[in-house]
Amino acid sequence: MATGVAAWLPFARAAAIGWMPVANCPMPIAPRDNSKRQDELIILNVSGRRFQTWRTTLDRYPDTLLGSSEKDFFYNEETKEYFFDRDPDAFRSILNFYRTGKLHYPRHECISAYDEELTFFGIIPEIIGDCCYEEYKDRKRENLERLQDDQEENKDMKMPNMNFRETMWRAFENPHTSTMALVFYYVTGFFIAISVITNVVETVPCGSTANQKDMPCGERYTVAFFCMDTACVMIFTVEYLMRLFAAPSRYRFMRSVMSIIDVVAILPYYIGLVMTNNEDVSGAFVTLRVFRVFRIFKFSRHSQGLRILGYTLKSCASELGFLLFSLTMAIIIFATVMFYAEKGSSSSKFTSIPASFWYTIVTMTTLGYGDMVPKTIAGKIFGSICSLSGVLVIALPVPVIVSNFSRIYHQNQRADKRRAQKKARLARIRIAKSGSANAFLQSKHNGLLNELLELTGTEEDEHKLTKSISLLESQHHHLLHCLEKTTAHEFVDEQIFEQNCLETALQTFPSGSPSMSDHDSPVGGCCGRRGKKNNPLPNASLLTAHPIPTHQGPLQELSAIHIQSSDPLSHTASRSNLNLKTGDSSKINCKGGRITTAIISLPTPPALTPDGDGLHGPPQRRPPPPPGNPPPPSIQTTTSSAGINIVKVSAL
Amino acid sequence: QLAVKSNISLQQKQHLVEDELELSAVRHRPEGLEQLEAQTRFSRKELQILYRGFKNECPSGVVNEETFKDIYSQFFPQGDASTYAHFLFNAFDTDHNGSVSFEDFVMGLSILLRGTVQEKLNWAFNLYDINKDGYITKEEMLDIMKAIYDMMGKCTYPVLKEETPRQHVEVFFQKMDKNKDGVVTIDEFIDCCQNDENIMRSMHLFENVL
Repeated sequence: MATGVAAWLPFARAAAIGWMPVANCPMPIAPRDNSKRQDELIILNVSGRRFQTWRTTLDRYPDTLLGSSEKDFFYNEETKEYFFDRDPDAFRSILNFYRTGKLHYPRHECISAYDEELTFFGIIPEIIGDCCYEEYKDRKRENLERLQDDQEENKDMKMPNMNFRETMWRAFENPHTSTMALVFYYVTGFFIAISVITNVVETVPCGSTANQKDMPCGERYTVAFFCMDTACVMIFTVEYLMRLFAAPSRYRFMRSVMSIIDVVAILPYYIGLVMTNNEDVSGAFVTLRVFRVFRIFKFSRHSQGLRILGYTLKSCASELGFLLFSLTMAIIIFATVMFYAEKGSSSSKFTSIPASFWYTIVTMTTLGYGDMVPKTIAGKIFGSICSLSGVLVIALPVPVIVSNFSRIYHQNQRADKRRAQKKARLARIRIAKSGSANAFLQSKHNGLLNELLELTGTEEDEHKLTKSISLLESQHHHLLHCLEKTTAHEFVDEQIFEQNCLETALQTFPSGSPSMSDHDSPVGGCCGRRGKKNNPLPNASLLTAHPIPTHQGPLQELSAIHIQSSDPLSHTASRSNLNLKTGDSSKINCKGGRITTAIISLPTPPALTPDGDGLHGPPQRRPPPPPGNPPPPSIQTTTSSAGINIVKVSAL
Repeated sequence: QLAVKSNISLQQKQHLVEDELELSAVRHRPEGLEQLEAQTRFSRKELQILYRGFKNECPSGVVNEETFKDIYSQFFPQGDASTYAHFLFNAFDTDHNGSVSFEDFVMGLSILLRGTVQEKLNWAFNLYDINKDGYITKEEMLDIMKAIYDMMGKCTYPVLKEETPRQHVEVFFQKMDKNKDGVVTIDEFIDCCQNDENIMRSMHLFENVL
């Protein structure tokens, strides 16, 4: 219920007069305001600081300590005030919640102290307003993490029910958990280093032997290097296979970047093994060896910094892309200019525009190798312009990109956080909305059962059921009930609605044809037919074309049907069923009537009929058609019946 | 005494913040308590209670349409109450200046809660007559009807169909439009409502609201 706007409920109820001329049914009775107490000031003494507020302010939230009778435990008779031995600073925000409907989290408060206060006063933290909710959740999470860290230090032993696979995976991911994992971690690191060094040293020219010129070590000590390579690759293969085995989701593991790097690192070796004797492709084979350098990327498992760098590069991709694009533009422009400027000079190195690319890049990045220099005057002029603009184009964006890195990195973290919180916040709002809707549906059962009891005359039962609904809520529910009556439709639960839709879809049209009704009674159909609770044959009464609907609890039948149709699991169902015995046939009749009229959706009133009552009653009940069943009146029924085009037969 | 104190506070100057904040620049102070007492049928105490609630939700003293829709929608969580709230807003905003001040609010409530049946029906007619030309056409009624049905939302039993509002409008016109000229005038409306027991009884339904 919109407790924050409780003060506007009288207005909303008054405005409901706008529905009255449109409605065709009588409206439900308004709840009585039994407490005729005048509004009084309540004094709340919190550790000496006195707060005062109206009683109605506190009554807005009847399920909290201050809004319910629980505060009577704290009432001090002598001073006529309520005394709480709590923190007055924290109490301020709690009292403000009653006043404004929004709960705020004061940032200087300790999160656990605040939580305790909320729990004491019976307020759930989920209703903290959006302005403070993120801060509150952040602090709460930090607190939780702190607690968890404390716990984890004691908890680093192996959990008893992890199987071998999980243990292995855990060892791979967190090397510090066990000695074996640590050993494995260092061994693989060592071998990666060895492998990389080997690849490097392979190409260094070793000392020449007596009669041969310098050759790279790789060719001199072929066998040794080959053995080293094999060993490393074997270790890497074993490691990869073990990770693959231990991974909780093998598919996901295979798609991850690290595993791709692993595969790329060891593949050249195997390909080389296969193609070793084929001279034609040995050139390609040699090229493949360059991929062995990818082994160095395996270090990123060992280095957090590398991972962060990689991630940041990925997230800065758009900025980098833009830089590249603008650079390309500048390069093309200058290369073109230089080419045409140098075209005239002989022995110019600027043979084509692509050839000038190299000059442009070298000049713009202020490298200046000097292998290509312009010779003509125009070329020199443009060359200097090129180098000057190079400074601008390159040197300026780089710091911007660097700061972009850090900004984007932090932003990414915050954006992820916010996204998660937004999902939670939307879920909260949805729950609150459905909560209030559910509250209405629930109280419908209770309220209607109430009226049933009212007429069967057990006061205590009535009190038992009404105790949990505040006056405000009952007024709000009455308002929603009026809307239901105006539109001749009811609110239902989402699940039931979906059930209904499903059943509608599966329903085949009954074959009965309607007969014309020649009874013209201006009774509000949706209620008139169920007019008399005590009369088993309302049709008999309606036959008289009596325009005045019955007063006796027009709600009873409606309620019966509600209870019947809405929630079969509700505890009220059984009791209401007992009461329904008298009105049984009438109820069935109405229900049947309702349903059959639904089949025929004709705009003109007289065509609607429940003649097929017996034919089209709800299948699970199979009631016998009431004897001498004349078609109920139909003019005013058109609102409900014409409006009800559903071909729903089974109500449950 | 308390009543006197709050009376004085009502009459006190508001803090006029002549800042660069254009958004909250609109402030409104209601007329005095005595004038409102004379113009409406509420007692002093009731006016005090009403004003407190009003000012709580709208500290600036006026409700604009957005806030109005917001507030009204909170009472109908399952459906979309914004269209009906729009019509209601126009009905309350008698001087059509785009905002509902406390006087508008309290005058409207006075009619609805304490007025004669004639006045209430007048008010309802005014609500339905969207362009305030004295006639309710079928299109206007259809708009109103759709707005009312929108408030029910999707999950209803029985399922709401497209034609439901239209059919409801047909019934309404059949009942109200005596000379079958396609529009309902105020006299036809009041006449017909006075002959309808249901409507008469429901007019008295909310009398004890405050």
